[in-house]
Amino acid sequence: MLTAEAPLSTPVRAEILALAAQEPHPRGASVAALRLVQARLGWISTVHLREVADLLGMSVDDLDGIATYFNLLFRRPVGRHVVMLCDSVSCWIMGREPLCAHMCRTLGIRPGETTADNAITLLPTVCIGHCDHAPAMLVDGTLHGDVDTATLDRLIDTLRDTP
Amino acid sequence: MTPPTERPLTAMIDPAAGPPDCAAYERAGGWQATRRALGDLAPAEIIDMVTRSKLRGRGGAGFGTGQKWSFVPKEPAAERHKYLIANADEMEPGTFKDRLLLEGNPLQLIEGMILAAYGVQAGHGIIFLRGEYGLACSRLHHAIGEARQQGWLGENILGSGFGFDIHVHSSAGRYICGEETALLTALEGRRATPRSKPPFPQTGGLWGAPSVVNNVETLCNLPHIITNGPEWFAGLGLGEDGGTKIYGVSGRVAKPGAWELPIGTPLRQIIEEHAGGMRPGHQLRALLPGGASTAFLDATALDVAMDYGSVEKAGSRLGTGMAIILDDRTCPIGMIRNLEHFFAQESCGWCTPCRDGLPWVERLLDAIEDGSGQEEDMDQLARHARMLGAPGRTFCAHAPGAMAPLASGLKLFAADFAAHIQQRRCPHKSGA
Repeated sequence: MLTAEAPLSTPVRAEILALAAQEPHPRGASVAALRLVQARLGWISTVHLREVADLLGMSVDDLDGIATYFNLLFRRPVGRHVVMLCDSVSCWIMGREPLCAHMCRTLGIRPGETTADNAITLLPTVCIGHCDHAPAMLVDGTLHGDVDTATLDRLIDTLRDTP
Repeated sequence: MTPPTERPLTAMIDPAAGPPDCAAYERAGGWQATRRALGDLAPAEIIDMVTRSKLRGRGGAGFGTGQKWSFVPKEPAAERHKYLIANADEMEPGTFKDRLLLEGNPLQLIEGMILAAYGVQAGHGIIFLRGEYGLACSRLHHAIGEARQQGWLGENILGSGFGFDIHVHSSAGRYICGEETALLTALEGRRATPRSKPPFPQTGGLWGAPSVVNNVETLCNLPHIITNGPEWFAGLGLGEDGGTKIYGVSGRVAKPGAWELPIGTPLRQIIEEHAGGMRPGHQLRALLPGGASTAFLDATALDVAMDYGSVEKAGSRLGTGMAIILDDRTCPIGMIRNLEHFFAQESCGWCTPCRDGLPWVERLLDAIEDGSGQEEDMDQLARHARMLGAPGRTFCAHAPGAMAPLASGLKLFAADFAAHIQQRRCPHKSGA
């Protein structure tokens, strides 16, 4: 089983090497490799960061510089579901602040935190290009628009019941 | 053949039906341009046609597309490794036009890339896609697979001897990757900091090879220019510029959305006719005409033609052409604080004025909006707007873009700033 502490499986290592082989220099695959690890494990642990750095021939700090640079790469564990509520200007005008406050109250967490049952992590995101349906959010990567408190309440119930 | 339509970019887009496959794309007029270019036209003729079409970059900077290509070394693709890169890192707040094109008709982008690549003789294509655009990603992969299978991508396309293929790079979320040199740095697996120019990407770009970076909307225009001719395209615009433009409006209007219209359509027409005017009970106070990094215009500027020159004359920039409306019930200082929070967060951190200046601006705006602002904070904001706003004091255009709404906002909303400081609260917040 894949876990944050166990080494990457042989197929994942092979996939990373294949990504690296497509690039003029292996480091060109760094974002793709980190995304791959995150897609399998939810986040990028230091154990896995070291392993990917080794596969790409990069120093660990060099690769961590990339991993910590991008908004969508997680260097800390997240819950089973990740809700990213847009905090850019059109969504702000259309009332994302009260929605975020509602979500925080309902879940008992602040933005950036995960619920105690590990079901939901709430994060802000920059503009997700759904401004004509603001306020907008990404739930496990899927776009939702015209979000209101009723949508959020239904969503929270669904996510808590979904593995 | 399909007669020239006034809405070439979106003619095949039907959100309910999903994107056309290769056959449907061909039936609706697709692939004609590729047949013509690879069969009858020399690469130099493509560049000449695009120059004569008056197409300018739709990503925000508005550089002439043909002119941009003209700096690429002319060796054939088979003799020199060159890149053609589609900038699909659409992250300008308030902007959602490229997502429409990517999801609605990915083959149109692929054909545009083939034509651009043939023009500059680049054998290697990359779509730099922002990580948040999941649906666009799966549709692009599907369309590329289909195009490859049918021989539109790969070696020796249509027996012309020209080979070209496309790789999708899914990024992981950073605004600065939209800056073309930062985009190249990101593709090389480094923190996406912009590069100094020269060398320009056209001569020393990705991995040192000649590279052209064009916006998605820019590339999507190319099949129509080659099929219908540069004069037809130039004639679509209402003023100096050629073609149509995808305009959009967000904020408290009746019908927020995006529409393909002749470039140079008056702002008033876009807001009042297409977006249906303001919602009942709201007045238009001011707007950002082309995304977060453009200067505010107030309600007196509504008759401006939305083309590059006219918006600049009015004191702002066309930018992405996607307007964000500030209504009379929304606090302008709160809005500017939101914008500067974005720019401060998304600074790449490479150069000091931007890395340290933008968070300082954000903290000053926090204080003013929260009721603890001082008179001298206004001088400090004006000083930042002046120092960071002028080009040449920072490594790239990020900080000058960030200062556009602040500098214009300091003038337009001077009374609102003063009221916040004097009343020690935000007058827009009830019961405070």
